[in-house]
Amino acid sequence: MLQFALSAYNLLCRCLGVAFAVWFTLLFVIIIVPAVLGVSLGIHGFYIRTLCRLFEWTTSQMELRAKQKNQQLFKPHTKGILPKSELLSVQENMQELRSSAHSRRSEPQFDLADVIYFSQKGVESIVDDEVTKCFSAQEVESWNLLTRSICRFPHRGLRLTLLWGLGVLIRYGILLPLRVILAVTGIFLFVVLSTSVGFLPNAKLRSFLGEKVHLMGYRFCVKSLTAFITYHNSENRPKNGSICVANHTTPLDVIILANDRCYSLVGQVHRGLLGMIQKAMVKSSPHIWFERAEVKDRHLVAKRLCDHAADKTKQPILIFPEGTCVNNTSVMMFKKGSFEIGCTIFPVAIKYDVRFGDAYWNSSKFGLVRHLLRIMSSWALVCSVWYLPPMKREEGEDAAQFAKRVKAAIAAEAGLADLTWDGGLKRTKVKDAFREEQQRLYSSVLLGEHQIQTEEICCKDETQEED
Amino acid sequence: MGSSSSSLSHIPDGQQLMGETGFSAAHLLRLHERFELLDKDSRGHLRPEDFEEIRELTENPVGGRIIGAFFPPEKETLDFPSFVRILAHFRPTGKNRSRDRTQPEPANSRTGKLKFAFKLYDQDRDGKISRDELLQVLRAMLGLQVTEEQLQSIAERAIQEADLNSDGAISFDEFKKSLEKVDIEHKMSIRFLK
Repeated sequence: MLQFALSAYNLLCRCLGVAFAVWFTLLFVIIIVPAVLGVSLGIHGFYIRTLCRLFEWTTSQMELRAKQKNQQLFKPHTKGILPKSELLSVQENMQELRSSAHSRRSEPQFDLADVIYFSQKGVESIVDDEVTKCFSAQEVESWNLLTRSICRFPHRGLRLTLLWGLGVLIRYGILLPLRVILAVTGIFLFVVLSTSVGFLPNAKLRSFLGEKVHLMGYRFCVKSLTAFITYHNSENRPKNGSICVANHTTPLDVIILANDRCYSLVGQVHRGLLGMIQKAMVKSSPHIWFERAEVKDRHLVAKRLCDHAADKTKQPILIFPEGTCVNNTSVMMFKKGSFEIGCTIFPVAIKYDVRFGDAYWNSSKFGLVRHLLRIMSSWALVCSVWYLPPMKREEGEDAAQFAKRVKAAIAAEAGLADLTWDGGLKRTKVKDAFREEQQRLYSSVLLGEHQIQTEEICCKDETQEED
Repeated sequence: MGSSSSSLSHIPDGQQLMGETGFSAAHLLRLHERFELLDKDSRGHLRPEDFEEIRELTENPVGGRIIGAFFPPEKETLDFPSFVRILAHFRPTGKNRSRDRTQPEPANSRTGKLKFAFKLYDQDRDGKISRDELLQVLRAMLGLQVTEEQLQSIAERAIQEADLNSDGAISFDEFKKSLEKVDIEHKMSIRFLK
């Protein structure tokens, strides 16, 4: 009996050993070697196409089921709850409100009904507002067999639920460990190679090899995320000695862009693993890392960026002017700092396909590690990158207007909404200036004509506040 | 109505809320989504801080008062039924259905909307808008754009106009009379996207 158990156990170990060896060889040959050499085997394309067909089948199944049960398939409303009203000014709204009531009044005065306009606007913003929507994850229109979006689709049925279960097994059992191993291998290789390249005496050789090592590192990262990237208009790829700006959805944007050509990154020095990677990166290629204290000094930051950009042989600097991650449905206000430098700007638009996995990092909901795990346990990361033609600041245009122009171009190319809200508002309180603006508009309605009349009649005790 | 009831199932008392407020099932679902979006920590109820996160609301001069309308004194939390009941005031006034005299006035009728607007002024809920309360609202809406004397004279004039029984304050009936020509049904309604 014991003999039998022991021999079975031996057999099991040998089988596992064989399986492990086979698996590891496959991994090595199919994924690691091509990543190091920069060769593609076309597996990703096949995978994505299969997934697309799977999702279409899923949606048709759900619609069939819904039709059988005579119910409407609940489509989430991605366009918002309220219709976009015409942008009437405060003045016009007030006039509308008042003219219906007091047509014979010669001078505008305060009306008890005035509060109705503000209360209407207030409650409308409670029901639906632009800014909150931009900082929550995008809604998927049809189910993509991910656990995250499962509660929106109750019409699943047995077949789809089984498929989902299978999907969970595949994603967490096979894909996730594979990706984590790839990521770890990639980072390890990168750190070792980059540090060794840094010891080379010849500067030219160092920069040449440094670029190759960087690209290899990014390819590993891309493979570990199963990212399928399409680059459009590669003739507009950023050139040396310029600044590249892009919309920001996730810290992985860097990897997506740097997979195509090397950039110089800008950021704060971190500690721990990230700090080690940063140090390794700097050894073989110029990046701009700031100490925490230096970040506050705007002039210092601007100067270092200027110096780097002025050197036409250096790689382009990659900057995300929004300053924060936005959910890839819209582009928020670009901070004008990077547009003041005065060199050529290469705008880049990035759009993720949300069906395969949502790339948006909601930093208030989960940290970076959990975000990476979410991405690694999604089906894939599919995105399109559009390179736009270079832009320069025009005569008579100030930095803020230039930033707006670039933002509009990026939003138009990727099909995102162009918003004027400041992404930084996510964290800070609303400035009183905005509220004062509303007050000023209202007071001009109230007092505008009234003030002219007081001037004509007599000025008893009032000092003019407004011109 | 019955076909979407299965998706209403994860809203507690969904059917009852529909009947009470008059919102359709689809609107109720969207409001529920919105409620969950505002409830960032998934507590199941909202607090004044959650409303203060809405940019457009904090910019609004009467934003604080609107938040106050959702949170009467001593109440720090807002559950979904209360949220919807207050929003029901802003539902468009439908065609006049013959209703029971015994049923309470619907929230979105002209009187219901006027009551909501009245409460924005009458913070101490004594049923009258005193001169002080009027001054407070004016200060909120005008801020530092006018002098104190201008504020006082505007308030004085407004009270004189509306106060019919000359008791120095505006009661709800006087308020109603003052606004009788204003198209409240349209100006104080929120229409949902189809």
